[in-house]
Amino acid sequence: MINAIGIDIENVTVAYNGRVALHSASLQLKSGTVCGLVGMNGAGKSTLFKAIMGFVKPVSGQILINGLPIRRVQKNNLVAYVPQSEEVDWNFPVSVYDVVMMGRYGYMNLLRMPRPLDKQAVRESLERVEMWEMRDHQIGELSGGQKKRTFFARALAQQGTILLLDEPFAGVDIKTEKMMINLLMELSQAGHTILISTHDLASITTFCDQVILINRSILAYGATSEVFTEENLSRTFGGSVGDFSSAENKINEGSH
Amino acid sequence: MDLVQWFVAPLQHEFMLKAILVSALVGLVCSALSCYMTLKGWALMGDAVSHAVMPGVVISYVLNIPLAVGAFVFGVGSVMAIGFIKSKTRVKEDTVIGLVFTGFFALGLVLVSKVKSSIDLTHILFGNVLGISDADIIQTVIISIVTLVTLAILRKDLILFCFDSTHARSIGLNITFLYYVLLSLLSLTAVAGLQTVGIILVVAMLVTPGATAYLLSDRFDHMILIAMASGVFSSVMGTYISYHIDGSTGGCIVVLQTLLFVLAMIFAPKHGLLVRTNKFQTVSESVTNEKS
Repeated sequence: MINAIGIDIENVTVAYNGRVALHSASLQLKSGTVCGLVGMNGAGKSTLFKAIMGFVKPVSGQILINGLPIRRVQKNNLVAYVPQSEEVDWNFPVSVYDVVMMGRYGYMNLLRMPRPLDKQAVRESLERVEMWEMRDHQIGELSGGQKKRTFFARALAQQGTILLLDEPFAGVDIKTEKMMINLLMELSQAGHTILISTHDLASITTFCDQVILINRSILAYGATSEVFTEENLSRTFGGSVGDFSSAENKINEGSH
Repeated sequence: MDLVQWFVAPLQHEFMLKAILVSALVGLVCSALSCYMTLKGWALMGDAVSHAVMPGVVISYVLNIPLAVGAFVFGVGSVMAIGFIKSKTRVKEDTVIGLVFTGFFALGLVLVSKVKSSIDLTHILFGNVLGISDADIIQTVIISIVTLVTLAILRKDLILFCFDSTHARSIGLNITFLYYVLLSLLSLTAVAGLQTVGIILVVAMLVTPGATAYLLSDRFDHMILIAMASGVFSSVMGTYISYHIDGSTGGCIVVLQTLLFVLAMIFAPKHGLLVRTNKFQTVSESVTNEKS
């Protein structure tokens, strides 16, 4: 299992209405890796996630997860995807518990009746992110960090071996970020493959053992210590960067 | 006349008994669906579909086939037309919706005026539950059963589809299928509602009870029960009132629904205007107390 390939992307090109968003991307992530995905806004990070999830069809190339095409992977509950959360309707009449239970639908029968097994998985997931006491709250009553933890708990409840996280640390408190990083490290030790995009360059060196630098194509990819160099980062953000903090400034500019 | 008489006397007429039962059933079904419509943000879509079924209704009359068939074809067809025009032109979605449903509706008006048949335009526009035929009752019952059974089976998948279609996709649910299920149910219930309150007001049946319940609950299961209770109540009471005041049945039903919404808006325990004002006062009071 340790040397198996979790995510295998071969020569993938994605285009929207003829405009190339991601050009000829190739990479192999071994099971058990935590891999950071770094690039400016519009560099193709979300596109890469969507291509892996099969939401956009690549013009060319193929993507395999644990050696399987994405449809099979989804049916077997192998992958959990946590997109950026701006689009969630926080007034929707669902509780924290309901949301996390949605992570279990793939395991249930047509009527989605939760079995004791599902309830237990939901409880364990909520306890891991310290949200069990908040389970009956409507999701709009939560703080930013609690919202992120709820959706993270849903991904945990899916019990997949592949975890895709798009900007999980955007707008969260330090406690939540630390808790999530600890959980990610636990998961990777248990053999999960994790791909995580983040603007928090400083924290990447602390928990990612691999890094992908991306700007419409993969600029560099490999072990964090080798890839995460000033030269590579300045190529990624299109200018010279003196240190990581000015790199972050560049990113923030990119987000306007 | 005492209260018992007020309720019992109309039931001596067979047409009133039928009207009350049919409008209660329609109120129940439309209200259940209205929760999904309001949460998915499909109110405008509901308005569009309910108007766009008009040519289908007329054609069904002429061909002597069930209204639901023609309405279904034109209801789903109008939404596909909206999707097609939106994807192929630069015109914005709300414009496309406005354009397509009025176009379909106008076509229906032309058809009504030109085909020789016994169709009464006012019955289509404003409903005719007091004079509903047995064939129409059977059709309404079938539509209601199909809708309620579908909602019962796919309830959780449809909630997930409304709440988070990305997650639905990522666990391998077929969201195109769910989209068309919801759309088909909308077209079918539009026909059921059309016979009770008419094309023009049917959108109220498909939106208002859901909106009222949305203000009264933070749980989907409670919301759908509250919506159905308010829908059935308005339908039954509206039919009674219309009998006693000799007024438009559809009008009475929808006015009642709107009143219930206004009551919920003001008095809802958590999201009502009164509570919000109180909260504001409590906050400002506590601020004043801290200062003093």
